Amino acid sequence: MNSSYNYAFFDEGSKREIRRAILKAIAIPGYQVPFASREMPIARGWGTGGLQITLSIIGRSDTLKVIDQGSDESVNAVNIKKLITLTTDVPVTNDAEKATIIQSRHRIPEKPLNENQVLVLQVPLPEPLRFFEPSEYATKKLHAEKEYSGAYLILFDEIIRLGRMAGGADHPVEVNGRYVMAPSPIPKFDNPKMHESQALILLGAGREKKIYAVPPYTKVASLAFDDYPFQREKSIGQTCRLCGASGVFMDELTDDETGSTSYQCNDTSYCLERMNSHDA
Amino acid sequence: MMHEDTVLLRAGNLSKAYGNGCSRCESPEARNLEKNYCPHCGTVYALQDVSFALYTGEILGIVGESGSGKSTLMQCLYFDQPVTSGEFQLNSYKGGTVNLFEESDQVKRYIRNYHLGKVYQNPMLGLKMKFSSISNIAEKMISAGHRNVGVMQERASELLSHVNIPAFRMKEAPQNFSGGMQQRVQIAKALSNNPPILLLDEITTGLDLSVQAKVLDLIKTIRRDFQITMMLVSHDLGVIRMLADRTLVMLNGRIIEHGLTDQILEDPQQAYTQELVHSLL
Repeated sequence: MNSSYNYAFFDEGSKREIRRAILKAIAIPGYQVPFASREMPIARGWGTGGLQITLSIIGRSDTLKVIDQGSDESVNAVNIKKLITLTTDVPVTNDAEKATIIQSRHRIPEKPLNENQVLVLQVPLPEPLRFFEPSEYATKKLHAEKEYSGAYLILFDEIIRLGRMAGGADHPVEVNGRYVMAPSPIPKFDNPKMHESQALILLGAGREKKIYAVPPYTKVASLAFDDYPFQREKSIGQTCRLCGASGVFMDELTDDETGSTSYQCNDTSYCLERMNSHDA
Repeated sequence: MMHEDTVLLRAGNLSKAYGNGCSRCESPEARNLEKNYCPHCGTVYALQDVSFALYTGEILGIVGESGSGKSTLMQCLYFDQPVTSGEFQLNSYKGGTVNLFEESDQVKRYIRNYHLGKVYQNPMLGLKMKFSSISNIAEKMISAGHRNVGVMQERASELLSHVNIPAFRMKEAPQNFSGGMQQRVQIAKALSNNPPILLLDEITTGLDLSVQAKVLDLIKTIRRDFQITMMLVSHDLGVIRMLADRTLVMLNGRIIEHGLTDQILEDPQQAYTQELVHSLL
């Protein structure tokens, strides 16, 4: 641990300020709480929102897991882990069950989370109405009035042009029957995992300076129409080429030489654990 | 003859000021009636005690020179801008017993969705240029609580074909359309929730004469087919003569003359109206 930094990089005042924003976000599920996003030693857009939340809530008894697009070992995940361990000395794990804090870029782990865990999601664009209404002042009013026709209109336009709700990720959700929020660009496959989640879900957008949350056991409904219900990605008949898993979110891999397509679990630690258990 | 029980919309003492005013201009009597701004503090009085009634089934024309307050009046009635003071009642909402300017933003949004339709002079204000035309029509329906894609698509296609948008272009974004087509999409959008009143703000400005004629014919057709009441702002007396049953003449934020359109155009009483009519003829 590098002792020339304060514990968890931030000074205590900064951590308290961010924790206050987190508490407010938990009290108003789905509501975007503005906070004074700090300059971080990584570039904005590389997970500074999630990182600030993690650094503010992490304690000596925690165990950390960081995922980037399902992978524990990508450059982004490794660098975030390095910064946190350098300034906190907390143990790091790849096992989703052992972690108490899971910071994730765009995936929710395949293993169900429990009440003792906190999932921190990194968010690039927290405003679900942004592509409908560019003004922040106007979107604040729309949220206050629970006027979400813009979010529905974006989905409607996709159906008209493409015949289906074509967005693969960041499908907007209504939280606790009140606020519509962007669930960060997690695939639609992961949206149902937020509903009645046992774990606390915190979402941080560093560049946009917003924190919001889904408290445990909160109703989360993906937006849909009467005749076009929400559908997550289908993986019918697809099995992981490494561990044989099915019914999980898969990466599609194409062999350059043969042109053949195969599938592999996107959640690498889940896949590895299954392979190890087969070996045993 | 207009009867009191056929009043659909009533506006009373509508005022809209841009600026805080000063001791020299805050009372209407102290203000120079020939100007609508205060030379001391720079406050612009865009609307000054405007009162009128709109009757069921009529087309009410509003004419006046640029800066006379026509468009501001429409913007205030559609809640695009807050008024400084005044009353606005709709008979179709709570029997016309409440002043809508004092209602919450949610109620105002409800009124915009169900009781009013507006066609803007500038289509950029009335349409989402990057969404498909069908989606533009559906926007008001979604806002009004509809959640069935099939129903909304059918309604949108029906309205777009009514305003002569070809079926093969309905999925296109209005940014690809000509000015006349954009105005027609706006008209279809304004009609989407069957509002009893349509507000038309300079809908033919900037269009060439042949396209103007088509849009005006369309307005006539819509009036016949939908039995809808309209307010029509224009500085073109030809448009007013063609469409309006009654006409208000505005100058410096005030209504200076009102009456049947023929009467206004054939026998104008006010000097300004005479000048306006004679400049045309």
